[in-house]
Amino acid sequence: MPFASTDKYIASRDLEVSVNAAVKLQRPLLVKGEPGTGKTVLAQEVAAALGMPLIEWHIKSTTKAQQGLYEYDAVSRLRDGQLGDPRVHDVANYIVHGKLWEAFTSETPTVVLIDEIDKADIEFPNDLLLELDRMQFYVYETRETIVARQRPVVIITSNNEKELPDAFLRRCFFHYIRFPDRETMEKIVATHYPDIKASLAREALNVFFKIRELPGLKKKPATSELLDWLKLLMIEDLSPDVLRSDDAKLVIPPLHGALLKNEQDISLFERLVFMSRRG
Amino acid sequence: MFTGFIEGLRKSGVPVSITEHLSLLGAMEAGVADYSVEDFYFLARSALVKDERWFDRFDRVFAQHFKGLEAVAGEDLTAELPEEWLRKLAEKTLSPEEMAAIEALGGFDKLMETLKKRLEEQKERHQGGSKWIGTAGTSPFGAYGYNPEGVRIGQHESRHRRAVKVWDRREFRDLDDGVELNTRSLKLALRKLRRFAREGAAEELNLDGTIRATAENAGTLDLKFAPERRNAMKVLLFLDVGGSMDDHVKASEELFSAARSEFKHLEYFYFHNCVYEGVWKSNARRRTEQTPTLEVLRTFGPDYRLIFVGDAAMSPYEIVQPGGAVEHWNAESGQAWVERLTGHFRRVAWLNPTPEPAWSYSQSTAILRQLLEQRMYPMTLDGLERMTRALSR
Repeated sequence: MPFASTDKYIASRDLEVSVNAAVKLQRPLLVKGEPGTGKTVLAQEVAAALGMPLIEWHIKSTTKAQQGLYEYDAVSRLRDGQLGDPRVHDVANYIVHGKLWEAFTSETPTVVLIDEIDKADIEFPNDLLLELDRMQFYVYETRETIVARQRPVVIITSNNEKELPDAFLRRCFFHYIRFPDRETMEKIVATHYPDIKASLAREALNVFFKIRELPGLKKKPATSELLDWLKLLMIEDLSPDVLRSDDAKLVIPPLHGALLKNEQDISLFERLVFMSRRG
Repeated sequence: MFTGFIEGLRKSGVPVSITEHLSLLGAMEAGVADYSVEDFYFLARSALVKDERWFDRFDRVFAQHFKGLEAVAGEDLTAELPEEWLRKLAEKTLSPEEMAAIEALGGFDKLMETLKKRLEEQKERHQGGSKWIGTAGTSPFGAYGYNPEGVRIGQHESRHRRAVKVWDRREFRDLDDGVELNTRSLKLALRKLRRFAREGAAEELNLDGTIRATAENAGTLDLKFAPERRNAMKVLLFLDVGGSMDDHVKASEELFSAARSEFKHLEYFYFHNCVYEGVWKSNARRRTEQTPTLEVLRTFGPDYRLIFVGDAAMSPYEIVQPGGAVEHWNAESGQAWVERLTGHFRRVAWLNPTPEPAWSYSQSTAILRQLLEQRMYPMTLDGLERMTRALSR
């Protein structure tokens, strides 16, 4: 079943094509884009659309490629050896399976999300090249080769903090999630909050896009911030008129925290609102 | 099948390999993008381009290569226009004077009215010229021509109410790495310079290694050591301030703030136009608190990478002549000081915020470039990358 927009997730046509190409050719799909534009959610939606379980592997700066395959728990073995546990004679008892092992040996095909691959060491993607290409790896301790029963659908996200090696890129399909335009954003809001008041949504989007256009913002609010903020507005049951007003005292409290996450940004916004009132 | 297209991409500098070409063909065979040009465009982009900064170039090559595919007339305005009229033949290039000479016809409504009239009058295929509808002309109607208020008929896509095709919109222009930098992209580029290296003697107890080795020895303690991991890159930044650099202050500031958070060992000094016997750390106290350049040479070892940031635009005398400096009397020429610095710090580069093509117009830039053995780079993402590559060697 091809991937398409769902009632929870609005995918642009180019995203659909990229996902379907990656699924059909069984290649990893690399997704980049501004933070908060739904890169991680995409994997969940793809898994849901294809009816496969999702295995998430979140990368940190200390993550090693090996950890995705397996780890040899030498400490447990040492302890067991000193306690005289009979398990110590079989090294396989101390092999801890990683996320990719899990995916490779799964009975049903899976979707694997390698989240924020750019957080890891520069060599990380290179260390996974062969494993993702052939979908197999060798376990030295037990001298066995783990081969994927079904090639999993691999989705990799990156925030562009590090450049990825060419050899790695060559094996992937690539998609860059652009920031949604107003029309798409309206659709996204509608899918998330079907019963929001139209006037509130309109005013909120006006404010949102205006804020995004402010020159010099440290962190531009993105889709996820907008959705959080709308939820807040709905809970507070705010009237749309408040958003339309130019009074800084009225406008700033509902913005605080949800949209602007940086003190400098808030003061910049205050200054601009104040200036526009005087002018 | 798409060999010409792939070649065009490579020629324009998009790194495309055979692997990617094959995966595109594979996806075509698997039927991912059947019957739709737009899908094919998305698929080709996804398969061939792996970095958003190449998107704009990809769009341009795509537009050029697959021109024939989209040469369908729009429906609402031009249903009666025979398609062949609009088949693009040659794109007429106009000089700026000609462009200026073209008079806009008036408001949009007026344009539409005139268009209707012309459509009625016009009976045959037309190309060039300045009144009839066709391609490559200067009439406001038709495609691939130039008129400030033009209506693009040949590229019109009425069903989606868009004037231009996706790839003609060139939405990714900002991501091309030829354009100027912001702090973030600077950071990205500078991060290349940051190189983790294990160097020096064994210093740290490697706990994991020790445990593993001990476990493998079945419990007999075996200590393992590893050298401390540290950011080995040391950078010395010389920033030009004042004078002709005023236009580039913002870019330099951004570079500076980006650099500061990227390197553990970063030292910076200011100079004006060219380096002489003194440099300073604070611009307000430049007259009183100068650091002798000789002291800089003594303090920082040759393992520091020296990066000059400046537009290198000055009078040539300021470089080659003793006493040529604009602000004070210099006993030795700027050239002597630059040579001293490049001799001491072997890995030196000059970042120039003015665009690369303009360098040849300034004699001083040419001199400095020669002094730096051509290691002058423009302050763009691409330039920074070339610089970091040269410096990390």
